[in-house]
Amino acid sequence: MKANPAGVLTGAHFLDGDQACCEGALAAGADFAAGYPITPSTEVVERFAARVPTVGGLFIQLEDELASSIAILGAAWAGKKVFTVTSGPGFSLMMEHIGLAAMTETPCVFVDVQRGGPSTGLPTLPGQADMMQARWGSHGDYAIIALCPNSPQECFDLMIDAFNLAEQYRVPVLFMMDECVGHMTEKVVIPSADAIEIYPRRFTSLPPAEYKPFKPSPDGVPEMVKAGDGYRFHITGLTHDEQGYPAMTWRAQEKLVRRLVEKVRKNADKIVRAEECDLEDAEVVVLAYGITSRVALRALQMARAEDIRAGLLRPIVVWPFPEKRLRELAERVKAFVVVEMNYGQMVYEVERCAGGKTKTVLVEHGGGTVHDPEQVLTVIREAAR
Amino acid sequence: MTEVRIAGFGGQGVILAGMVIGRAATIYDNKFVTLTQSFGPEARGSACSVQLIVSPEPVLYPYITRPDILVVMSQEACTRFCAQIKPGGLLLYEQDLIQLSKKCAPDVKTFGIPATRLAEELGRKLVLNMVMVGFLTAVTDLASAEAVRKSVADSVPKGTEKLNLAAFEKGYEYGCGLLAAQTAA
Repeated sequence: MKANPAGVLTGAHFLDGDQACCEGALAAGADFAAGYPITPSTEVVERFAARVPTVGGLFIQLEDELASSIAILGAAWAGKKVFTVTSGPGFSLMMEHIGLAAMTETPCVFVDVQRGGPSTGLPTLPGQADMMQARWGSHGDYAIIALCPNSPQECFDLMIDAFNLAEQYRVPVLFMMDECVGHMTEKVVIPSADAIEIYPRRFTSLPPAEYKPFKPSPDGVPEMVKAGDGYRFHITGLTHDEQGYPAMTWRAQEKLVRRLVEKVRKNADKIVRAEECDLEDAEVVVLAYGITSRVALRALQMARAEDIRAGLLRPIVVWPFPEKRLRELAERVKAFVVVEMNYGQMVYEVERCAGGKTKTVLVEHGGGTVHDPEQVLTVIREAAR
Repeated sequence: MTEVRIAGFGGQGVILAGMVIGRAATIYDNKFVTLTQSFGPEARGSACSVQLIVSPEPVLYPYITRPDILVVMSQEACTRFCAQIKPGGLLLYEQDLIQLSKKCAPDVKTFGIPATRLAEELGRKLVLNMVMVGFLTAVTDLASAEAVRKSVADSVPKGTEKLNLAAFEKGYEYGCGLLAAQTAA
């Protein structure tokens, strides 16, 4: 299915990451958002509120992040394509409903424009310390997909992918920006609507009597209906059977929760995406994502100028993690250097994939600004020895 | 790669000035531009600045380190930022609002403009920022004049294009005149 031209602002624009994220959502077909303002994410919905009437949609500002994150789930079940936007403190409040979205298989996108934390931390400055929270923040077992843009252009492009993945796998998709990407302004080229592919809502074609809301299709994902179409269905956060009714048994738990996890796990090869740069002959592999990947690339260029054979692996989809590729690389490289704006999060994934076959070094940073490329270069030099 | 900082106080249109130059350079002149901004919590009156990196190559590191070009519209901004200019760099300042001290940027080329007065001649002090944009366009090669004219028209509120373009031309002519006088001397 192609994008609705009404939501697509075709042309070359000079936008910040937040504004580009909003345009990506509109191009993807988002017609409902709810949110509570928080720096540095507010501009996304500020623009959405102004622009969404052009597609006949709605934005509501609610009393807090709990209300916002539950409102989008309700709207999704009314047939809307939905997202909410927040930053660290609000992201913590939304954890409950990320779990509910996973359990009820509600397609939705949560945008987290990361700032320095913990708690209220550094409202106007960048951080990348919500990466593990994105994966594990809600209780219980579930799987999500998370993407990490490194420019305003990618905020646009990947937001469309985020919505498509949410619809295809019926999982909450987490869009992990950071303050730097959110507030930097660069050229953003928006293609014409007929060049944008949209994954449509997986509505059932079965009549009401035969429809079971949580009976999976062959790929593990059930079909959806929307309120008002004459189907009776029940949606609950309790462990449920295919009909959607609570089923408090270990068998029902095994059947349902295994499927929730495997929807993503078994399709990981299709979902995983990473950019590679100079990996062919690399002895040192630098892994970085989001804004940090650009700083790491600068360091890499400096390293290449010194004849150090270093390459970059940039996860664009961060969850699921590009495990397979890292395991391959671990067989032949001297070291992994992980550059991230936190005191160690994705580095644990890298270490796990390295499996003791190569060393893993972290270039940590508490946030508030980006790494100094010289700092990264020093670690690359050391690792290449 | 050229690093630029435009600074003044909130309400002067500092950010818009940066947006106009950035949009001109990247949308119409096809250069790579990364713009970041910083300002205080107040809507008016606090220190405010916008930073641009203009480059023929994609910009990786997003922040400026030391500006090649500093444009200042307030004494406070000048005092705060002028020591950061790269040696051999350029300082553009509003000459009626700012007094340059001797120690301020000794290895730097300076150009002053009575931008507020020129804006007042057009009837609106408010367009001082577009006078500065015109001036900046004239004395640097960040973006072509044609690109900036288009960008001004795109960036300002509807209905104010004529006034803002007139302000741009005032600053641009003043800058061209200054350069011509220098060449003659």
